[in-house]
Amino acid sequence: MLKIENLHAKVDGKDILRGLTLEVPAGEVHAIMGPNGSGKSTLSYVLAGRDGYEVTEGSVTFQGEDLLAMDPEERAASGVFLAFQYPVAIPGVSNLQFLRTALNSIRKQKGEDELNAAQFMKLAREKAKLVELSPELMKRAVNHGFSGGEKKRNEIFQMAMLEPSLAILDETDSGLDIDALRIVSQGVNALRGTDRSMLVITHYQRLLDHIVPDVVHVLVNGRIVRSGDKGLALELEKEGYEKVRAEARA
Amino acid sequence: MTETAPQDAAITEALSRKYDAGFITEIEQDQAPPGLDENTVRFISAKKKEPEWLLEWRLEAFRRWQKMKEPRWAKVDYPAIDYQAISYWAAPKSDADRPKSLDEVDPKLLETYEKLGIPLHEREALAGVAVDAVFDSVSVHTSFRERLAEVGVIFCSFSEAVQEHPELVRKYLGKVVPTTDNFFVALNSAVFSDGSFVYIPPGVRCPMELSTYFRINAANTGQFERTLVIADRGAYVSYLEGCTAPQRDENQLHAAVVELIAHEDAEIKYSTVQNWYPGDETGKGGIYNFVTKRGLCDGDRSKISWTQVETGSAVTWKYPSCILKGDDSVGEFYSVALSNHAQQADTGTKMIHLGKRTRSTIISKGISAGRGQQTYRGGVRIGRGAEGARNYTQCDSLLIGSECGAHTVPYVEVRNPTAQLEHEATTSKIGEDQLFYCRQRGLSEEDAVSLIVNGFAKQVLDELPMEFAVEAQKLLGVSLEGAVG
Ligand SMILES: Nc1ncnc2c1ncn2[C@@H]1O[C@H](COP(=O)(O)OP(=O)(O)OP(=O)(O)O)[C@@H](O)[C@H]1O
Ligand SMILES: [Mg+2]
Repeated sequence: MLKIENLHAKVDGKDILRGLTLEVPAGEVHAIMGPNGSGKSTLSYVLAGRDGYEVTEGSVTFQGEDLLAMDPEERAASGVFLAFQYPVAIPGVSNLQFLRTALNSIRKQKGEDELNAAQFMKLAREKAKLVELSPELMKRAVNHGFSGGEKKRNEIFQMAMLEPSLAILDETDSGLDIDALRIVSQGVNALRGTDRSMLVITHYQRLLDHIVPDVVHVLVNGRIVRSGDKGLALELEKEGYEKVRAEARA
Repeated sequence: MTETAPQDAAITEALSRKYDAGFITEIEQDQAPPGLDENTVRFISAKKKEPEWLLEWRLEAFRRWQKMKEPRWAKVDYPAIDYQAISYWAAPKSDADRPKSLDEVDPKLLETYEKLGIPLHEREALAGVAVDAVFDSVSVHTSFRERLAEVGVIFCSFSEAVQEHPELVRKYLGKVVPTTDNFFVALNSAVFSDGSFVYIPPGVRCPMELSTYFRINAANTGQFERTLVIADRGAYVSYLEGCTAPQRDENQLHAAVVELIAHEDAEIKYSTVQNWYPGDETGKGGIYNFVTKRGLCDGDRSKISWTQVETGSAVTWKYPSCILKGDDSVGEFYSVALSNHAQQADTGTKMIHLGKRTRSTIISKGISAGRGQQTYRGGVRIGRGAEGARNYTQCDSLLIGSECGAHTVPYVEVRNPTAQLEHEATTSKIGEDQLFYCRQRGLSEEDAVSLIVNGFAKQVLDELPMEFAVEAQKLLGVSLEGAVG
């Protein structure tokens, strides 16, 4: 599904990713952990194609295609979804209007018919239930005045609506209360499937109790320094990053 | 307050947009030679078989105009206009025998509306809108007249009103905007060719939205519209004005005058979507739009609201205003103005509070892209007698790219200590983070800009009648095509 090889990327002239290699087969959920500033969000932006994130070396293949050659909206249409660490507000544009425009532009790019208002609303109600998003929030302006937790829940609602083949969740768990964490995780788990891969960026093992990963990677200084099964997350939780940092330096 | 957006590589490029309404209809014109003197004024008045008093009124305005100077205080920059190079009279040839129904309308003309996406018959059927279409200087099509006549509403071209309801015209013409108000008003008063007239009798709620489409067509023809809307005691009317013009190389002058009068308990809602040719990327060839619009809340508890979406013209100079004379009267101004490429807009409103407990609301949304320059100029005046008057002003600017500018010039004059005024202003720019967020969800950059801009303007668009709001939304998108690259 996703194959990243020796990826180097710069932001504002500064090297952030320095030879990152990672493969996520179809149907798997991989977690990425790592200290603050190690490059996790940078990786998610590079994969989504954000301006200013300059790839200097390496390659990213997604479903057999060169992901780096595509515009952000083309990546979205081909199934890449990023749940933002800091979701952005768009005042005056209702959540539903935004999603309908998004969904229909993706469908259009894929050569599918646009959904009419009734079809769209039916889908939206269904998916809102999945993440227990209140109808009031669906109608409000995109992330405008949303609480931190509401924004994160809204990201998962959008993911459920757009049904991506690769979902990158950047710290979706931070800011969620205990109930919300469970609800959001249920939402994510409901979307797991053989044709869908996920990259879950998190700082906390507790998310991985809910969303059980196939593989856990540790990102330090722009490189994957260790990979393992879910036990690795537990180990990190106990011992911190010092040991892996030391290993990486060695 | 002056702000310019910082450099943003993603949105500085390619401000290349083609004007959708840029075509010219070939209809034979009955046109006067260029030039302006007393004879021109007499010629126009005679052509229109006007009564003596109106000719005198025009001549008086003309004499005053000759002594006046073109105003230059607005923050707009354009080459000097040669008023002697303009032709002041043009009428479609078919005017002599006016069509009784759509079937009789010049097919070329209908085609023109078709191209603009405003087919008359469809609008009539779908929206129940009565349309008084002004093509160049003479009104050529009026519909739903009979239905309106049943309830006593008069909706006709200005020239018809002069012939058929001279007492009303004479009573109200120039009462809100005196001929000497400013240079362009004096000019308009001298040479106005036609326009619309609306009278709603006491207690009548006009059964449909009234609408007019203006177009400027003939080369070198100045357009001088005159609109007069009167809502008598307890009456209500919603009037829609929309316009667009074909592509031209020479700048065309438009100096309209709109007067609104609301008597006791009456309400007038006046909405405008303005989409005249803005000129090419360098500003060459656009329309100069110098308009004077003013409403008088004459009676107690009367209300006037102006809603405008301004996307066109090379230069816009426009300040729809309210004189709140009646006690408890209400004035509102909702505006979206967009300037892209080399467009310049200096627009705003004036709220003049004279009566007790008068209230006014001003919501202005300015959008600048390309090298567009935008000035909000707003005045709030509270007179000595305006006990307990209140004003709320909100003035937001949105910048797209790094070469445009937004400026806010508020004037406030308070002569009664019991008045309450509130003013809020914000300037923001379309953020790279917003654009990226939208694109990550599958929107193209242009759709993203259009969505964000429509969100920004929502508060104002919500004030427009339904069918107009949809059109206005489309227009904002079209006007910004190529604003990001
Ligand atoms: N625009 C920028 N200019 C300069 N440095 C940047 C820029 N954006 C990110 N960085 C730097 O890149 C490094 C990686 O940032 P990134 O946001 O990817 O970290 P992260 O692993 O997601 O951290 P966190 O766990 O705190 O979210 C940080 O040192 C950050 O300061
Ligand atoms: Mg991060």
